[in-house]
Amino acid sequence: MNMQTAITMTAAETALVDAYTAQIGELPGEGAVLSARDSLLANLRQQGLPTRRVESWHYTDLRALLRSVPAFDSTAFAEKVDPLVAGSPVLSVLNGKADTKNLPVGINVRSYAESLVDGVAAADLIERDQDDVIGRINGSFVRDGFEIEVPEGTELERPVEFQLVQSSGQSHCRFPVTFGANSKATIIERHLSVDDAASLVTVVSDLILDEGAEITWIILQQQGVSDSHLAQVNFDLGTNAKLKLFIINAGGKLVRQEVHGVTTGEGADFKLRGINLLGGETHTDVTFTLGHDVPNTTSTEVLRNVLFDRAKGVFQGQIRVAPDAQKTDAKMACNTLLLSDDADFSAKPELEIFADDVQCGHGATVIDINPTHLYYMRARGIPENKARAMLVNAFVDEIVEELEDEALIETLETIIAIWLEKHA
Amino acid sequence: MLEIRNLHARIAEDGTEIIRGLNLTVKAGEVAAIMGPNGSGKSTLSYILSGREDYEVTEGDILYNGESILELDPSERAAKGIFLAFQYPVEIPGVATMQFLKVALNEQRKYRGEDELSTPDFIRRVKEAAAKLQINPDMLKRPLNVGFSGGEKKRAEILQMALLEPKLCVLDETDSGLDIDALKIVADGVNALRSPDRAVIVITHYQRLLEYIVPDTVHVLYKGQIIKSGDKSLALDLEANGYADIIDAAA
Repeated sequence: MNMQTAITMTAAETALVDAYTAQIGELPGEGAVLSARDSLLANLRQQGLPTRRVESWHYTDLRALLRSVPAFDSTAFAEKVDPLVAGSPVLSVLNGKADTKNLPVGINVRSYAESLVDGVAAADLIERDQDDVIGRINGSFVRDGFEIEVPEGTELERPVEFQLVQSSGQSHCRFPVTFGANSKATIIERHLSVDDAASLVTVVSDLILDEGAEITWIILQQQGVSDSHLAQVNFDLGTNAKLKLFIINAGGKLVRQEVHGVTTGEGADFKLRGINLLGGETHTDVTFTLGHDVPNTTSTEVLRNVLFDRAKGVFQGQIRVAPDAQKTDAKMACNTLLLSDDADFSAKPELEIFADDVQCGHGATVIDINPTHLYYMRARGIPENKARAMLVNAFVDEIVEELEDEALIETLETIIAIWLEKHA
Repeated sequence: MLEIRNLHARIAEDGTEIIRGLNLTVKAGEVAAIMGPNGSGKSTLSYILSGREDYEVTEGDILYNGESILELDPSERAAKGIFLAFQYPVEIPGVATMQFLKVALNEQRKYRGEDELSTPDFIRRVKEAAAKLQINPDMLKRPLNVGFSGGEKKRAEILQMALLEPKLCVLDETDSGLDIDALKIVADGVNALRSPDRAVIVITHYQRLLEYIVPDTVHVLYKGQIIKSGDKSLALDLEANGYADIIDAAA
């Protein structure tokens, strides 16, 4: 991080520091938790928000983009909504407060507030590295969330939905989840906004997959047009563990979704599938780092981005292959459909390979709607607008189709179709 | 049904004139064949009829049922009953064939002020039409034309035609790339659509297709004009003697 101590604090930086002073008495946790918070906030105050001079924030100048931070709003009201897949268990966090009624059976769940209170959470409240602003803000202010353990061998029939509903103000949550050996589950992390008031949401999910666990984790971010959303998923894949991470961004004004993972057991496989639907004035950044730390692990990353209006999008993808991680197979692709002259997308792939017997590749494309496709559809009587929407939909639908749950596919397809209809 | 009057048209991008004073009349119930050497403007004519924006009409008019269609966009022309079976059907990844058919059918109905088809009714129609053309139903679950063989693509075009029930069918070299069995299936599909209120324009290089789809009239297109018209015997004549004599006579 660059030295920024001499620079005057921005309105957002001041608001964060002031909010900490005002809120700290209310936030759960004492002792080690409190001193971890203090130290994170001290770093935040000293270093400020990152500018484009910080390499990992080069395309998302947070100091310039985060113009203001909404005040905490203790009177804000939010209710839980129906789950994406009918009948699936819901763990809701309403304006940053976990709802601990009717917790699902078959998995061990407790609120993260409890973990903060008894001090177990202190170990989580650290920075990944000196550029980890999300960890710093989240760790300073985190108030709740859910801590989950899926016992060894458990196979969950239905997806479990984490539902984060935000109306206004701020919320800062954490989801440490351990998937026991050979467990199988689908988790949906869903971010919703129920009104147009600006809010700031930070969320950090820490996933540990033990040997042979097979997990699908879906992030559906549909926050409001004034909202800032700073999120991070950290994962550790054990031997033969398989994680499929789907990220759908379809909302928010300023969005940074980080994904940081390591493969620590041979045979581990990671898949990242991302859909960024970007319209209006949004600035949405997906930043991904993966360390192939042991031999014989595989990963593929595919992103499909659709941009309208004055939207800005960013994908940074970094794959590191450790010196003894032979037989790593990693492929990354980032495809963008730019549908406005005023929109722009920056893609930055990075491969750092220190082993010699590996397969690694990356590709990035930017395309427009194929005029021949459009003509053919119109020649069959489909009006231009409709044909265009179908072609855009087709571009992202290939990603959705990779999910295996029919009900979930249908729901996500509907959400995407509605979004496209609104923005096309 | 179709009257083309002194049509002049060029490629929009570079201004090359392709159609140079073309006159053609096709009546309801008629099957008209258009033949001609490479580069005579056959495919261009089919694209212009469908409304492709890569071409510009600079003079003349195209009347369909007495009304000019020059101002109509491709989807409006299609909804009014003009169908082009493509020489090279387009592959569209990510759009399932069934979904494409359903949207096309219902958008056309909507344009004409008709009710949309119910899903069961739609599926029944597709199944019936597909069976007649010996199209494997599994093919319809795949993205449109993606991974279809040449013959499958042509059959899929005729399937679309059968479902959309157009009034003016333009077949652009539907015989190219077909083996003899596929050719018969496709020809049967076209013949089944022949009716007194429907016209068919068959664009082809070869007489072969016309043995299966027997035309009422045959027109020779050369350098953007119809230089000779006749009955089906003209096609046989061309097959035997080539275009040279007719071209010389017209010069």
